[in-house]
Amino acid sequence: MKTDRWARSLVATVSVLISMAAFTGCADMKDQPHHEPLEYSSFFADGRSSRPLVEGTVARGHLRADDRIYRGLEADGSFVAQNPLVVDAALLSRGRNRFEIYCTPCHGRVGDGQGMVVQRGYKQPSSYHIDRLRGVEDGYFYDVITNGFGKMSSYASQVKPRDRWAIVAYIRALQLSQYADLRSVDAAIGARLEAGEVIDTRRHDAEGEEEHHGTGH
Amino acid sequence: MAQLFHRSANAVARFTIFGGVFLLAGLGYVGWIFAHSSFMTGENVYLKQPVPFSHDHHTAGLGIDCRYCHTSVEESNFAGIPPVATCMNCHNIMWKREDMLAPIREAYAGGDAIQWSRVNDMPDYVYFDHSIHVRKGMGCEVCHGRVDRQPLIRQATSMQMAWCLDCHRDPGKYIRPREEVFTMGYRPTEDSRSMAERLLKEYDVNPGTDCGVCHR
Ligand code: HEC
Ligand code: HEC
Ligand code: HEC
Ligand code: HEC
Ligand code: HEC
Ligand code: HEC
Repeated sequence: MKTDRWARSLVATVSVLISMAAFTGCADMKDQPHHEPLEYSSFFADGRSSRPLVEGTVARGHLRADDRIYRGLEADGSFVAQNPLVVDAALLSRGRNRFEIYCTPCHGRVGDGQGMVVQRGYKQPSSYHIDRLRGVEDGYFYDVITNGFGKMSSYASQVKPRDRWAIVAYIRALQLSQYADLRSVDAAIGARLEAGEVIDTRRHDAEGEEEHHGTGH
Repeated sequence: MAQLFHRSANAVARFTIFGGVFLLAGLGYVGWIFAHSSFMTGENVYLKQPVPFSHDHHTAGLGIDCRYCHTSVEESNFAGIPPVATCMNCHNIMWKREDMLAPIREAYAGGDAIQWSRVNDMPDYVYFDHSIHVRKGMGCEVCHGRVDRQPLIRQATSMQMAWCLDCHRDPGKYIRPREEVFTMGYRPTEDSRSMAERLLKEYDVNPGTDCGVCHR
C-alpha cells in the first residue's frame, strides 16, 4: 500500500514537471518566430528580413503597361501633353495635400522655390512661375517626380503614380493662380490696374480658398 | 509527551499568519507598481540610435510632415520607417560632411539599410493597425506624444492593454478631425463635446473591446 502511494505521487510530480517544461516553450509569446516588417534577420547576409524584389517582378494586378500613366510618355517617347487622369476638384485637393507633404519642404507652398530646407542652405530650385516651366508638358513634371532632376532625388518610392498626377494637376493650378492674364481680368479692373492702381484682392482669395475646401471633401 | 513548543509560539504563529497576509499584499502592491513602472513598460525610455535623428528639428524646425518619412501610415498597419535614401534627399547637400551622418552616407553608398532601435514594440500576440486609427481621427500625438518636441524619440505612453482599452471604451475623449491627425499641439476650435459627437457619427467610430479585436 505504502509503495503504491509513493509511486502515484512520483508520477504526479513528474507529470507536473514535464508540463511545466512544456509551457516554457510558450513563454516567448512576445517574440514569436516570425518577422515583423523590416525586422533584423540573422539568416541573410545583409541582415534584412524584408527581401528586395527580383528585378522585373510584377505583383498581380500591378502590371504597369500604360506608359502614358506610369511613365508620362507617349508611344514615340515624347512627354504626355495633358494629364491622363480626369482633373476634377477631388484630384486637385489630393494633389494639394500630397504637394504640401512631399514638395513644400524645398519648393515652398506656392512653388517659388523658397521652402524651409532651401532657407537652411539647400540648392534653390527654379520657381514654377517662369515661362520655361509654364511651357512644359504635364508629362515633364511627372517625369521629374518619378526620376528626379539634377540634385533632386526621385520621389517614386514616396509618391504613388496616381498621386504624382494629382501633384502635377495641382502645380498647374498653382501656376495659373500666380499668372492671371490681364486680358482674363474684368475690363474695368484691367484698366485700373494698367493705370498703376493697387487693388486689394484678398477678399477674392478668401472666397477662392473657401470654394477649394468646400469641394474637396 | 513533553511540550515541544513554548506557549509564546502561539503568538508567533498568529503573527506569521496575519503578518503573512499583509506581507503578501505588500509584495503584490510592489509587484503591481513594478509591472506598471517605466522599467517594465518602456514608457519614456530613450534608446541608443545609430544616428541621433531629431524629430524636433525635422518636424517642428523644418515643418516636414510625418508622411514624408512614414509613408505607409495611412494605408497599412505598419507606419513605415524611411530608407536611408529618404534622408539622402536632403543630406546629399545638407550637412553632407558631418560625422554624425556618416552611417547614413555609408549605408546609402553600399545599398545597405541602417538598424534603428525599435522604440514602440507590441508583443507579437497583439495586432495593431495604424491605418484604421488614422482614418477614424486618432492623432499621432495621442499615442506618441509631442513627437515634435522629442530630440530623440521615446515611448510616450505605457502601451499596456488597459491603455488601449481606455480609448476603445470611449474614443470621444480623443477624436479629432481627420485633417488634424498629423498636427502636433492640436487644440479643438469648437466645443469639444459637440464636435466629438458629430465626428463619432460622421466617421462611424466603433472600436471593439472583444479580445479578438487585438488578439487574433
Ligand atoms: C529636398 C528638396 C526638394 C524636394 C522635397 C522636391 N524638390 Fe523638386 N527640385 C529640387 C531642386 C534642388 C531642384 C533643382 C535641381 C537642379 O537644378 O539640380 C528641383 C527641381 C524640380 C523640378 C524641375 C524644374 C526645372 O527647372 O526644370 C521640378 C518640376 C520639381 N523639382 C518638382 C518637384 C515636385 C513635384 C516635388 C514633390 C513631389 C519636388 N520637386 C520635391 C529640390 C526638391
Ligand atoms: C525626416 C524623416 C521623418 C519625419 C518627417 C518624421 N519621422 Fe518619425 N521617424 C523617422 C526615423 C528615421 C525613425 C527611426 C529612428 C528613431 O526611432 O528615432 C522614426 C521613428 C518614429 C517613431 C518611433 C518608431 C519606433 O521605433 O517605435 C515614431 C512614433 C515616429 N517616428 C513618429 C513620427 C511622427 C508622429 C512624425 C510627424 C510629426 C514623424 N515621425 C516625422 C523619421 C521621420
Ligand atoms: C527634407 C529635408 C531633410 C530630410 C528628408 C532629412 N533631413 Fe536631416 N536635416 C535637414 C536639415 C535642413 C538639417 C539642418 C537642421 C537645422 O538647420 O536646424 C538636418 C539636420 C540633421 C541632423 C543634424 C542634427 C540635427 O538634428 O540638427 C541629423 C543627425 C539628421 N538631419 C539626420 C537625418 C536622418 C537620419 C534623416 C533620414 C531619416 C534625415 N535627416 C532626413 C533636412 C532633412
Ligand atoms: C492608437 C494609437 C496610435 C496612433 C494614433 C498612432 N500610433 Fe504609431 N504606433 C502605435 C503602436 C501601438 C505602435 C507599435 C506597433 C507594433 O509594435 O506593432 C506604433 C508604432 C509606430 C511606428 C513604428 C513602426 C510601426 O508601424 O510599427 C511609427 C513610425 C509610428 N508608430 C508612427 C505614427 C504616426 C506618424 C502616427 C500618426 C499618423 C501614428 N503612429 C499614430 C500606436 C499609435
Ligand atoms: C486614442 C484612442 C485609441 C487608442 C489609444 C487605441 N485605439 Fe485601437 N481603435 C481606435 C478607434 C477609434 C478604432 C476604429 C474603430 C472603428 O472601426 O470604428 C480602433 C480600431 C482598432 C483596431 C481595428 C479593429 C478592426 O476592426 O480592424 C485594432 C486592431 C485596434 N484598434 C487595436 C488597438 C491596440 C492594440 C491599441 C493599443 C496599443 C489601440 N488600438 C489603442 C481608437 C484607439
Ligand atoms: C484594444 C486592444 C485589446 C483588447 C480588446 C484586448 N487586449 Fe489583451 N492585450 C492588449 C495589449 C496591447 C497587450 C500587451 C500589453 C503589454 O505588452 O503590456 C495585451 C496583453 C494581454 C495578455 C497578456 C498579459 C499582459 O497583460 O501582458 C492577456 C492574457 C490578454 N491581453 C488577454 C485579453 C483578453 C482575455 C481580452 C478580452 C477580454 C483582451 N486581452 C482584449 C490589447 C488588447
